[in-house]
Amino acid sequence: MIRADITSKFFGKQQVLGSIEFAISPGETVALVGPSGIGKSTILRIMAGIDTQFEGTVTRPDNMAIVFQEPTLLPWRSALDNLLIPRPSLGREAARAAMDRVALSGREDAFPGQLSLGQQRRLALARAFAGSPEFLLMDEPFVSLDAETAEQMLSLTEALIAEAKPATLFVTHARSEADRLASRILELSGTPARLLCH
Amino acid sequence: MNDSSAATSILSILGLFLLWIVCAALTADPTILPQPWTLIGPAAQQLKSGELLYHLGATLLRVVWAFALAMGIGIALGLAMGRSDRLNRWLDPWLVIFLNLPALVLIVLCYLWIGLNETAAIIAVTLNKIPNVATVIREGARALDPDLEAMARVYRMSWTARMRHVTLPQLAPFITAAARSGIAVIWKIVLVVEFLGRSNGVGFQIHLYFQLFDVTMVLIYALSFIAVMLAVEWLLLQPWERRIRRWRTA
Repeated sequence: MIRADITSKFFGKQQVLGSIEFAISPGETVALVGPSGIGKSTILRIMAGIDTQFEGTVTRPDNMAIVFQEPTLLPWRSALDNLLIPRPSLGREAARAAMDRVALSGREDAFPGQLSLGQQRRLALARAFAGSPEFLLMDEPFVSLDAETAEQMLSLTEALIAEAKPATLFVTHARSEADRLASRILELSGTPARLLCH
Repeated sequence: MNDSSAATSILSILGLFLLWIVCAALTADPTILPQPWTLIGPAAQQLKSGELLYHLGATLLRVVWAFALAMGIGIALGLAMGRSDRLNRWLDPWLVIFLNLPALVLIVLCYLWIGLNETAAIIAVTLNKIPNVATVIREGARALDPDLEAMARVYRMSWTARMRHVTLPQLAPFITAAARSGIAVIWKIVLVVEFLGRSNGVGFQIHLYFQLFDVTMVLIYALSFIAVMLAVEWLLLQPWERRIRRWRTA
């Protein structure tokens, strides 16, 4: 079960989040939308356990994965090691298969710096899905991509979510992405931010 | 190292020898500055008697111990201080005091408090070097990438995996800088420690021959240890650095 019961979140004296409550069922993809700067990423970081300075409680499973705006790979480790280090239980064969799934077979020994930005992002996706996570978090993963690459990434993500069926929380400011990927949309508005009822 | 830069290094070292020869010729007194080739005979004899290797080994062992301890403690301290503002505020004045405490004072105090033994010698050198290492590593720790840290946390990477694959590779340039300056400073301090209170090692031998006004032997011991440290630099430090920098040049 994945549940957020956030009562408030402050940055200094500024309250950014009001009362925010939602739950995500297994296999459900939830998009969190709203204007930029409203606190979408803050909620995601709280859900991920990266930000622990807030009032309230969050229930989350152990097996989680995250995709950031940037690939956030380990530049000093090979592409294959970038899957195996966060997912040691995976094994080399499964890691190779995961790379093959995102069309990166043959680049196992390359360092991230030798891959194109598009390939790095696909590697980050492969890393996220490799351990069959129960809870997947995505922070604007398609922002700052050109239209064609964004479309490729979007359909790849769609396919991977359909295969692995993790509970997904996905932050975006693009309504079209949310409509396409998500089974449910949560919208943030106001200061401090609250969820709008749908 | 490519051929032309190796050739430059060799020419430059030959230039230093040439300067030595000219100075020795101008001095014209082998008890003050002997010609380089007059060192070969006594050096060979020291080598054959095993004395040179015995003292080099004793010094090298102290350097290795002090280096390992200073790097280990310095990295841990620098990392903790770079990550925690609170800890940094508490420990920074200590660091400044120890950075400005003359090596000689620490050495004398260690000998007085702990006694004229190996432990005191190694602790004295280690304490001299820790503040430098910690200061350099602290800069690196302040520049650690928070996104990688977040990634490691969400994927529940173990502490050892985070250290080995996330934190230490980011600190690598700072660790090599600290190691490079560390090894040079440490062996010089080890010599002072030996000069003041040990009965073996290069520093002890230099003390002995200083009292005998034997410039030849002083030079032999000093040059031998420089040769050892150059070997460490070329055979250990540089290949290791190339290995960990591989991803940058690939």
